[in-house]
Amino acid sequence: MIEVKKVDAIINRYEKSEESLLAILQDFQREFHYVPEEGMQRLSEVMNVSESKIYAMGTFYKTLSLTPRGKHTIKVCTGTACHLKGANQILETLERGLKIRRNSTTKNLNFTLECVNCLGTCAMAPVVVVNEDYYGSVRPSKIMDVLKKYK
Amino acid sequence: MEAITSMEQLQRYRDRLQARQKRDLAAVLVCCGTGCLAKGALKVADAFKAEFESKRIKANIDIGLKTTGCHGYCANGPLVVLRPKDILYHKVQPEDVPEIVERSLKGSEVIERLIYQDPDTKESIADFHQIPFYKYQVRIALRNIGIIDPTEIDDYILQGGYHTLAKALRMNPDAIIAEIEASGLRGRGGGGFPTATKWKSAKAIQSDVRYVICNGDEGDPGAFMDGATMQGDPHAIIEGMIIGAYAIGSNQGYIYVRDEYPLAVKNLAIAVKAVREKGFLGKDILGSGFAFDIKISRGGGAFVCGESSALMRSVEGKVGEPRAKYIRSVEKGLYDKPTVLNNVETWANVPIIIEKGGAWYASYGTKGSKGTKVFSLVGKVNNTGLVEVPMGISIRKLIEEIGGGVLSGKRFKAVQTGGPSGGCIPERLSDLPIDFDSLTDVGSMMGSGGIIVMDEETCMVDVAKYFIGFLVGESCGKCTPCRDGLRRMLDVLIDITEGRGKETDVAVLEELCDVLTWGALCGLGTSAANPVLSTIKYFREEYDAHIKDKQCPAGVCKALITYSIDAEACTGCTLCAKKCPQKCITGERKKAHVIDTEQCIKCGVCKDVCNFNAVRVA
Repeated sequence: MIEVKKVDAIINRYEKSEESLLAILQDFQREFHYVPEEGMQRLSEVMNVSESKIYAMGTFYKTLSLTPRGKHTIKVCTGTACHLKGANQILETLERGLKIRRNSTTKNLNFTLECVNCLGTCAMAPVVVVNEDYYGSVRPSKIMDVLKKYK
Repeated sequence: MEAITSMEQLQRYRDRLQARQKRDLAAVLVCCGTGCLAKGALKVADAFKAEFESKRIKANIDIGLKTTGCHGYCANGPLVVLRPKDILYHKVQPEDVPEIVERSLKGSEVIERLIYQDPDTKESIADFHQIPFYKYQVRIALRNIGIIDPTEIDDYILQGGYHTLAKALRMNPDAIIAEIEASGLRGRGGGGFPTATKWKSAKAIQSDVRYVICNGDEGDPGAFMDGATMQGDPHAIIEGMIIGAYAIGSNQGYIYVRDEYPLAVKNLAIAVKAVREKGFLGKDILGSGFAFDIKISRGGGAFVCGESSALMRSVEGKVGEPRAKYIRSVEKGLYDKPTVLNNVETWANVPIIIEKGGAWYASYGTKGSKGTKVFSLVGKVNNTGLVEVPMGISIRKLIEEIGGGVLSGKRFKAVQTGGPSGGCIPERLSDLPIDFDSLTDVGSMMGSGGIIVMDEETCMVDVAKYFIGFLVGESCGKCTPCRDGLRRMLDVLIDITEGRGKETDVAVLEELCDVLTWGALCGLGTSAANPVLSTIKYFREEYDAHIKDKQCPAGVCKALITYSIDAEACTGCTLCAKKCPQKCITGERKKAHVIDTEQCIKCGVCKDVCNFNAVRVA
């Protein structure tokens, strides 16, 4: 259940202006790990902006998710440098190991597997980031072992 | 902290800061750029703090200690620089710290194992300015990065920061634009549009309100120079924007920063707050009567928002869709008011151009492309990192001398520049000077400055498929050529890489490219043909190999390759058989193993684990 208080606290951090919409949605994402429907409804009331407009933003911007995410987020960098150094093999290994497709969440809500365009750490390609931890020069034979500590 | 309200007061403030600092103070600079951070730089910085405490060394009084932005040589991070001798230590681990403090800071020894060693001559070089990676660089936009602590405004002021602003506020605004014009500065975001022309156009429009925007939505994969600048020297950008705003008569600015760069967002926010407290943002800046402020907008992970009109919609709190180009944003930009939008690197160049003069800046570079450019050198190259070089440097020099050549001695095949809007340039053209016009002439473009090095194990059809796939995901869907055209191109490229290619496919791709180039609404679509056309033009034989022979010469495209074990090289160690997720590798211990190709899913694990290089891909 989403706490109304938390939603309001986030909204109140910002000016009551349309300019703040994206920032508020991003803060929802950070707080709840997704953008909850209740949050969008409340935002629509407070800002006096139609729900459909807020929903459109929710689906347009990639950093926003309208469905709950897993406890741990695995980001596989698929920027050009990582692509050349085998990011796809890493991604496929993770898909096989976690039994999910990219950009989805395991049934037990433990992991969400995502692709990101470039994290700017090309020197360590291919890169996988679990929550805030960076793993560089990742190899297909090792990546599943890395996940063992995230329970 | 009291605000600084005049140029004289700023000068006195800087004098006081200088007086407090010991001359030639020994100092430790720990690089905390994204690359070094990911390799554990914070632990190194903490180890220095702890070591200082335990040895009763007062940080920044006895010995300086600070964390800086990206020093550039990411391949060798975590990096630590010791001043004043500018000794660069590579791959520093927390365990090395006590020894560094004892021998190099309290003493003056150089620790041999931590410094650069030339891979060919085996010569050791301690002073980083002499290392080939740095030797050919001219750091103008990156002038402070790796030297200052980006979260300390005083550090920037000590470097002369905001003095140029004070100077600019006493100049006639038109004289500022004239100086930028004399510098020949062109937009560093990729388009290369002359900055002064943009400023003049926005200024010429009658309006009560004008805006300036900094485009920090660096979306090109493989490019991270703007992120490094926002993170490592946010004040240079802010100072540039205030000067620009004064020149065109704007009182409100926005920095649109990519949300995937959390540290850039954080350091920009710290910087804007500090600048406001010092009074360089707000009303009556330095007693000039000029008022200006900056808001920070975080992007939402949409590549198309790097396009100026889409970015402005996003700042307004809308879905970031671009609009047709005949409406120019210098006339009707943000909230339909005249708007100057420049890239991070462009803004960061502004203060130093005003300080040293347009002619000084124009003394670097080529006839049509003045000054320097920051590149992120990535891919199959030894010295991955950020470099700033004069425009006009050859691709070969950049890759071989600064980049230290291709990884593992493999054959250099091509470079890709310009991100998804750019193209691939083959090795045989690598004496080409890198500037806006030369790159466009060969079917690529400068873009924001990503230089991606490719070797013999890179499949060019796969590269084209990669970029088109990227763009399919990022197309906003507003115009048909881009939304549907890209998707069709991807279908054809997938067919080719999966062995279903037809003789007519290349012609179909060329036709679709034509439709996109002429029919798409914004730059994302109109430039999307470049990755495909350039690979067809320079690597046609690879397309033919995929289509006619059903082969991938580089050994990348999964449907066209098979894994096998070289019986000569295999020692029968059984490791691959144990690790194979399909359990399709068999063989007796100490005898050559065999892969059952029917069962093999080509996951690459066997090749990855083999210690004897016995797994072949063909």
